[in-house]
Amino acid sequence: MEFLRMGGEAAYVWSAYGITLAVVLFNAWWARWTHQQALERARASLSENRTLKKPTVRQVE
Amino acid sequence: MRLPRWFHLLGSPPFVYGLAGRLVPWLRAIAIVLLIVGAYWGLAVAPPDRVQGEVYRILFLHPQVAYISMMAYVVMAVSAGIGFIWRIKLAHAVAVTAAPIGTTFTACALATGAIWGRPTWGTFWQWTDPRIMSETLLLFLFLGYLALRAAFDDRDKADRVSAILAVVGVVNVPIIHYSVIWWNSLHQGPSFMKLDKPSIAPEMLTPFLIMIAAFTVCFYWLLLNGLRGQIVERERDTRWVKQLVGGHEA
Repeated sequence: MEFLRMGGEAAYVWSAYGITLAVVLFNAWWARWTHQQALERARASLSENRTLKKPTVRQVE
Repeated sequence: MRLPRWFHLLGSPPFVYGLAGRLVPWLRAIAIVLLIVGAYWGLAVAPPDRVQGEVYRILFLHPQVAYISMMAYVVMAVSAGIGFIWRIKLAHAVAVTAAPIGTTFTACALATGAIWGRPTWGTFWQWTDPRIMSETLLLFLFLGYLALRAAFDDRDKADRVSAILAVVGVVNVPIIHYSVIWWNSLHQGPSFMKLDKPSIAPEMLTPFLIMIAAFTVCFYWLLLNGLRGQIVERERDTRWVKQLVGGHEA
């Protein structure tokens, strides 16, 4: 319990460690999210190109 | 002079994408272990400071976070400079990835410094302190870099123009470091990064160094992790990305 109280300075010590942990976790999540978004956009772009490349009925005829 | 083959491969997006993918799990594991060991040592094992008491334990992360903010800027500026001079798109991708990481770490350094300053100096903020002001300038340089990029629809133009700002702004990094020597500051002078013996007790120096190593590895983990998304975004229409996302038209 004394460890958590930090000699009466708990609010300062734990908030500083909490903010830093939040920054690290946010950056890890952000990198993962942007990577997933980029892959999704690449997939969407690929399927769009495939749709465009499909021949029309007139082209087939 | 002939450059080794691996050096040329560092300019290849698919190679760097794969390499980053292999390195990220290792860097993440090392960073997590070092952060846990360093935080435990700093919070529970290191003795309280004779003058500051328990609140000095913030110093096991505040200087490290501030150091990462400067390192992120140097990485961003050097990469942007390389991209600008040699027109290497991958270098611009590294710079763009380092910018938000640096922004958040700079904001974190200012926040943790303010939290430490209140019980130690009696104030959260001091407008006349050169180190606080130069670190705040670093935050605005990062924000300016990101805002400048957002102003352009053309990515190549954004890369070139923002690279100039990144390279010019790097002059602020030595100013942050030497500000406590050049001007009067509430901050103490260097206690670790100086030529003679560090003026920190060994039982406090060990967790201090572990946390420096932890945040350094953490930065490169976050950088390579973010770089993968940036590479896919920039190489979206290339054959290897189409193969990656499941296409068969390669």
